Amino acid sequence: MSKDGCALRVVDLHKSFDKLEVLRGIDLEVDEHEVVCLIGASGSGKSTLLRCMNLLEPIDRGQIVIEGEDVTVRGLDVNRIRQRVGIVFQAFNLFPHMTVLRNVTLGPTEALGISKGEARELSLELLERFGLADKRDDYPDRLSGGQQQRVAIVRALAMKPDVMLLDEVTSALDPELVAEVLNVIRELAAGGMTMVIATHEMGFARDIAHRICFLDEGVILEEGTPEQIFSQPRQERTQRFLQSIIEAGRM
Amino acid sequence: MLGLIVWAVTSSPNWPEVKQAFFDPEEFKRAFPEVARAFVRNVQYFLIAEVFILAWALVLAVMRSLQGPVFFPLRALAIVYTDLFRGIPTVLIVYLLGFGIPSLGLPGVPTGAAFWGVVGLILSYSAYVAEVYRAGIESVHPSQAAAARSLGLSRAKTFRFVIIPQAVRRVIPPLLNDFIGLQKDTALVAFVVAIPEAFKQGQIFQAADFNFTPLLAVALMFLLVTVPLTRFTDWLLERQRRRRQAGAIV
Repeated sequence: MSKDGCALRVVDLHKSFDKLEVLRGIDLEVDEHEVVCLIGASGSGKSTLLRCMNLLEPIDRGQIVIEGEDVTVRGLDVNRIRQRVGIVFQAFNLFPHMTVLRNVTLGPTEALGISKGEARELSLELLERFGLADKRDDYPDRLSGGQQQRVAIVRALAMKPDVMLLDEVTSALDPELVAEVLNVIRELAAGGMTMVIATHEMGFARDIAHRICFLDEGVILEEGTPEQIFSQPRQERTQRFLQSIIEAGRM
Repeated sequence: MLGLIVWAVTSSPNWPEVKQAFFDPEEFKRAFPEVARAFVRNVQYFLIAEVFILAWALVLAVMRSLQGPVFFPLRALAIVYTDLFRGIPTVLIVYLLGFGIPSLGLPGVPTGAAFWGVVGLILSYSAYVAEVYRAGIESVHPSQAAAARSLGLSRAKTFRFVIIPQAVRRVIPPLLNDFIGLQKDTALVAFVVAIPEAFKQGQIFQAADFNFTPLLAVALMFLLVTVPLTRFTDWLLERQRRRRQAGAIV
């Protein structure tokens, strides 16, 4: 736990893919136990920001500080950092050749070096908690999308991360499966997990977030409490974005 | 179609002579036990070579799949190796090694021609198999590596636990293709060894009796191994597919 209670700090983050500058100076602070939702159109940089925070993408400029430790200095053991930051992907990315249980125990045994027995116990406990205990010996292909995504969340949780990053985790799901995944996230938030969530589920964001950040063309254009952002957005682009969401019936 | 070919062949003017030279049951009976015995050697060559090929080719494929400038020398080495040994006919490699190295008389180096013939097979086939592995490795979606790395797994462990197991499963059919090729190419060792394997044994009979039937016996021996091997792989893949997916249907 860092001294100032700040779990994650991003300072002037820049990231380009070839000539395209996807992130153009992001500043963001996330306090411990805080839930921050990133909203914005596709291509606004939400996913890239999350991937950068997990060090899956090298950054061009700026700084990322996790629990008081600058993780952007050269020569750092990136594996150690990633163990503390869990990420869940839009497309689940479960390992299809492993059972559910093995998917969950792989990180603890191979990255953290926890004994097999202990990892198994910890994983079964988590699977039980999220209603997946009976699926432990199944392969991911046998599960519904909602179940797969819950397994992916459990897999990230098994690493006991300080921060969880969720990258549009319900976007690939059938509508009737969205709720079960959102309920899991609600439970995590209630348990005090620090989270950064990129999402298109505005109703959910309004419910769960302590703070909403609206990303537009690689910068955080506007941020504030859900009431502020959804009721009185100041920026014209934010208004237009929310308007288009309402028109699409997604609010 | 097949019937037509059979009819065309059996009604050809020289069929009686050909039948005598290629399909002589007496000759077959006489040659078969010896050929079968010699074939054990082919199976030995095959089994020994295959173990080394599978391991060495995987090393080559991983070397070639490593990214980043740090690994350039390894990548380059793997590329040069593959170009070289895929470019030279296998029979030539077997020849060069089987005759060349024993005649060098290097101290402490095995001088058996069969040994070096098999080494030749290993060097040649691992270049092909490495490419098969590499295709498999590249077919595993990058998101799989991302998921593994995001858990904090090292690059090596990501390869070992996530990428290679999936890659190997996907390339089992083409790998089997190379297995069968290798099983047949064990006959190439015949060119450099004194102790006959099946093909050479067949030739010995053929030369002695002026009859080609023993070679037919050799062909039959090869089929006896390669066909079950193919069926086995089909079964393996089917079982794997069922185990992973059938549950969704029931």
